[in-house]
Amino acid sequence: MARIIGALTSSHIPSIGNAISNGKQQDAYWKRFFDGYQPVLQWLDAQQPDVAIVLYNDHGLNFFLNNLPTFAVGAAQEYITKDEGWGLPVFPAYHGYPEMSWHLIESLIEQEFDIAMCQEMAMDHAFINPMRLFWPNENPPKIKTIPVAINTVQFPLPRPARCFALGKAIGHAVASWPTDEKVVVIGTGGMSHQLDGERAGFINKKFDEMCMEALLNDPERLARYSALDLVREAGAQGAEIIMWLAARGALLGNVSKIHSSYHIPISNTAAGVLAMANQ
Amino acid sequence: MNAATVSQQAIPGTYLFDGRMAMKGYNLNRMCYSFNSADNRKKFKAFPEAYCHAYHLTREQIHAVTDLDVLRLLQVGGNIYYLAKLTGIYGMTVQDLGAQQTGRSIDEFRARLESQA
Repeated sequence: MARIIGALTSSHIPSIGNAISNGKQQDAYWKRFFDGYQPVLQWLDAQQPDVAIVLYNDHGLNFFLNNLPTFAVGAAQEYITKDEGWGLPVFPAYHGYPEMSWHLIESLIEQEFDIAMCQEMAMDHAFINPMRLFWPNENPPKIKTIPVAINTVQFPLPRPARCFALGKAIGHAVASWPTDEKVVVIGTGGMSHQLDGERAGFINKKFDEMCMEALLNDPERLARYSALDLVREAGAQGAEIIMWLAARGALLGNVSKIHSSYHIPISNTAAGVLAMANQ
Repeated sequence: MNAATVSQQAIPGTYLFDGRMAMKGYNLNRMCYSFNSADNRKKFKAFPEAYCHAYHLTREQIHAVTDLDVLRLLQVGGNIYYLAKLTGIYGMTVQDLGAQQTGRSIDEFRARLESQA
């Protein structure tokens, strides 16, 4: 049976992509941020997971407001990247794993998560940047991927508790997959930031620190917030922490911290990475 | 919770993109979505107003677009993820957007970000 070995949660700020492309990892502005990923890279190198299930939010590349699913699961052979409109590079497609995708889809529907199913899906920076951070030497990396999109564009957003439960359902689905493969769950976005409105530039370090702590030791505490509470406490786009919560939900065993790093600011955002092992 | 209920629970300085705003801004956001194509960005830049008319934007929306006035773009139904595709055409970064919306210089806006570390 397949096994979820851990969850990796990370910011996906667009400028990270340009910093990688331009080799700025050791520049004064970026060094602390990129150094914060080194222990996670060492863990990945030792573990060599076979599959990554990536919980991310589309920013108006694959989905428009004419047809906007709350939860959508990819079931494609490969996931292309496309022009997002403001200058990020387009990359070769990421490898899919449609057989496991369909198992995930069937299991989620059976567990009463009535997700949308996508045999074509274009990935934006919310998928690409964490993949480039976690697999910096390969593009695309060999790992098979299954993207799961969560709506953060249009209110009403799914309740944080529902995202946590989705993660748990993903955990159960993976446990019933017959072949012996190692799966890592990735949650992208956050941490606190707000791009729009007179409150633009809002960051809440205290709340972010609470999130890191709660994700490790008491995820139900974070799941009790409403989506609107998250906007108030973490900023309009800080609500992306629901992807972290969903990723944490998939860890059904004993959870321990591998590493965390936090840095203000990268672009307009409090940047964070948290890696958790599942035993 | 319905869309109206969400709108009523205001967070100061924050424009919640709920059902009411999504209806109001549909054509504006649809136009911004078209900017995922380099060809469309070029067409827009050559004749911005004509491009806006083709997407049936209101007079108010067209003015907000041609002025690149972010707060007004939000008020007329723009969603920030889509608006970023419009402002990106003019090379505006999210720091530029933040500075404009908060009435600060870029340096002042960056200082505000750093002050929260």
